[in-house]
Amino acid sequence: MVELTLNGRSVQLDVADGTPLLWAIREQTGLTGTKFGCGIGACGACTVHVGGRAVRSCSVPVESVVGQSVTTIEGLADSPTQLHPVQRAWIEHQVPQCGYCQSGMIMAVAALLESNPAPSDDEIAAAVTNICRCGTYQRIRNAVHSLAPAAEVRNV
Amino acid sequence: MSEQMQQGQEPQPPQDQPKRSRLRKWTRRAFIGAGAAAGGGLVLGVGGVLLAPNRLKYLPPGATPGDGQLGTWIKISPDNLTTVLIPHCEMGQGALTGLGMLLAEELDADWNLVEIQQAPAEDVYANGYIINAFLGEVGFTPPGWLQLPLDFTAFKMADIFGIMTTGGSTSTRGTGAFGMRLAGASARAMLLEAGAEQFGVPVEELGARGSRVTHAGSGRSATYGELAALASTLDLPRRPTLKSREEFVLVGTPRQRADIPSKVVGAAQYGMDVVVPDMLYAAITKAPIPGGQLTSVDQAPARAVAGVREVVLLPDAVAVVADGYWQASQGLAALSPQFTDAGVGGVDSEQIHARHTAAIDAEPIEATLEGARAVTAEYRVPYLHHATMEPMAATARLAEGRLDVWAGTQDPLSTRRVAAEAAELDVEQVTIYNQQLGGGFGRRLPGTYDYVEQAVHVAKAISPRAVKLIWSREEDMQHGYYRPCVHSRFRAALNSMGRPLSWANRFTGSRFGDVGAATPRYGIEEIDVRAVPLPVHLRTGAWRSVAASQHGFFVESFVDELANTAGRDPFEYRRDLLEDEPRHRAVLERAAEMAQWGTALPEGHARGIAIVESFGSIVAHVAEVSVDESGSIRVHRVHSAVDCGLVVNPNGAEAQIQGGVVFGLGAALMHEITVEGGAVAQRNFPQYDMIRLAQAPVVSVSFINSGAPIGGLGEPGVPPVAPAVANAVFALTGQRLRTLPLRLT
Repeated sequence: MVELTLNGRSVQLDVADGTPLLWAIREQTGLTGTKFGCGIGACGACTVHVGGRAVRSCSVPVESVVGQSVTTIEGLADSPTQLHPVQRAWIEHQVPQCGYCQSGMIMAVAALLESNPAPSDDEIAAAVTNICRCGTYQRIRNAVHSLAPAAEVRNV
Repeated sequence: MSEQMQQGQEPQPPQDQPKRSRLRKWTRRAFIGAGAAAGGGLVLGVGGVLLAPNRLKYLPPGATPGDGQLGTWIKISPDNLTTVLIPHCEMGQGALTGLGMLLAEELDADWNLVEIQQAPAEDVYANGYIINAFLGEVGFTPPGWLQLPLDFTAFKMADIFGIMTTGGSTSTRGTGAFGMRLAGASARAMLLEAGAEQFGVPVEELGARGSRVTHAGSGRSATYGELAALASTLDLPRRPTLKSREEFVLVGTPRQRADIPSKVVGAAQYGMDVVVPDMLYAAITKAPIPGGQLTSVDQAPARAVAGVREVVLLPDAVAVVADGYWQASQGLAALSPQFTDAGVGGVDSEQIHARHTAAIDAEPIEATLEGARAVTAEYRVPYLHHATMEPMAATARLAEGRLDVWAGTQDPLSTRRVAAEAAELDVEQVTIYNQQLGGGFGRRLPGTYDYVEQAVHVAKAISPRAVKLIWSREEDMQHGYYRPCVHSRFRAALNSMGRPLSWANRFTGSRFGDVGAATPRYGIEEIDVRAVPLPVHLRTGAWRSVAASQHGFFVESFVDELANTAGRDPFEYRRDLLEDEPRHRAVLERAAEMAQWGTALPEGHARGIAIVESFGSIVAHVAEVSVDESGSIRVHRVHSAVDCGLVVNPNGAEAQIQGGVVFGLGAALMHEITVEGGAVAQRNFPQYDMIRLAQAPVVSVSFINSGAPIGGLGEPGVPPVAPAVANAVFALTGQRLRTLPLRLT
């Protein structure tokens, strides 16, 4: 039994040591927004926040995050009616296509913007190495730039 | 309406009697309405054409007169909400929204009062409009009088064979351009008729707009919701009036996609995400070599893993069932199953390529036009994988003589047939719950449902419990339906002005090998294009843009070589050869104009151009490339000009081209499936890497509304990418790269 804080609530997960955080979240809590893509931390579809940092949950054993605060795509928004700025930008710029990678993409971008509110294209590319097979990258860049401080005033 | 359906030669709606055998129904009932009325005509005689039933009269199970159901796909509720059920799947291409727009346009519905849903996998939603799309591709637009019988015939065929396919870039140009528009216009006519009855005025005096019928003379009006109950008791019109393109107010305006909000909050449910009460999880490994069979496996190591419930042996695979997927995959990893090599364990990529070369050698190109300047070249492309972001997954439950399957597929009715056969049940005993697709690109088309079959077999072994079968990325990479490897050899003869007099091409064929895709649209007198059949080692399938993805690269590289031999600018050379193809010419010129073709670029940069017609649309790309110190090709910018006839949703259309460029760029620069010891050598993304943000070019897109029939958009952005990049690399380095992926030596 592993205890951690998930989307602001304390949860107990009944999984064996060594189970990746990804599968613990998906199968024990019913939150399936965090996706399985490669299982080796190569694609980023499973990105969640652990202590505010973007982490690829398929490659993190659940016991390594005991007692820590984990946020998934379902917990990113303050409330269902008040989406996170990145989620709003994703709708405004019509970013997703199939959408399977976008939970991870949004989590990676949200973590980046916490530390660098106005990243350049190169900084975005260096920090967000997630794969999108549909090729939504251009809209991702546009959406991220729309969240730079000058644009953010409008959103607050 | 139900009364009407009982009359005359109208066939019964499909839900009125259970069907045990689809094929039996064909012999008993096929074309009863049309053929019998025509006095025995084989398909549709003259009388049959006039009496052909209306496809839209087939209503969903449970529909009753007066409930607001207006034809197969439209239901309007008393609160004036129009619900549209679209007989296609959503895999990010935005077709559901575009199709809804075409319907709402003809219906004159308020777009804010339209709700779009994916139609369930039921017979009534069988969809044959794919036929219209392909007729359009060969240049045939059915005249109005033939539309209704053609729609009905296509529907009956789709119903009998269980077809509800999303593929071939056909949703908008087939179902949308024909079915959805007709459905919207029919419902509008019924609502006007209801309004006339209610107001007691002639129908000609009424107008419809924004989900409301208005009588201008008296100022009376009623919402569609208020009229829908009455309207749904009226007859469907046989030939409703469609709008001209100039009358469109919704189509052509950028609209947000209906599927996006759920995708930014993690709520969209994919096949991978299905949760069924009391469900177990399964991991599987199949014989790595195509055709291999399981010979032995010691199950004990898997059963020793905590949480493992069962080991299921299939003729060619081993599955481990456990309480969770991680436990199942750990159990599977503990096994050492032995498989046969099907006699092909010694095959590798080098041999495969040698076979292709030998096959083409056996079909030599005769040198004609002696004395003219000859140009020869040989190209090749490798096997490619779809690599959808969502690995294959399916959930199945077999209990009490019924099978339920949850999966994301590009054809739920075809999936139902596969599942029924695997369970040895009739299709009536099977329900498919189609989910969102985490990418399709052809991997989830009919003929590729091996993962569904496996899930059913595992469900059978653990019945009555449900099981979710998940493929690892490694399993997914190794058991694709690959784009075929193709070799292509050319010989052209140029006259003294450098213009091609003849064009000969031999390429190794495949299931989808397509002479059409290989035939250039350039004005060349003598064109001789032939496919050379060759058995393939890996199983193959349709890969986004299919044959155009290979032959677009070959043809557009070779024409670039001809331009170079002729000492001509590659853009101007193409333009001159397209003198009889005004649409192509306009697209080519638009792309060149966008890229400012001919102007100076930064030091170390060069441009390349290519144009390919596929799936009813014409796309030209200009790529701007450079080569870094390590010799890697970098694509900075792609300018795309597109003639898809008519743009339905500019926002979604642009996204399809942007995405198509990235998809094509992966094939151009990175991707190659190779064979070692008979098996696919690549295992996961490190060996089959993807374009990421750092490599993604800036793509600018411009559409030409030419007035031509609506073309596809999901695929046509892909084929011109590789040749545009290869041609730019040639312009920059002088190296002509004839093999994908492009690698400088």
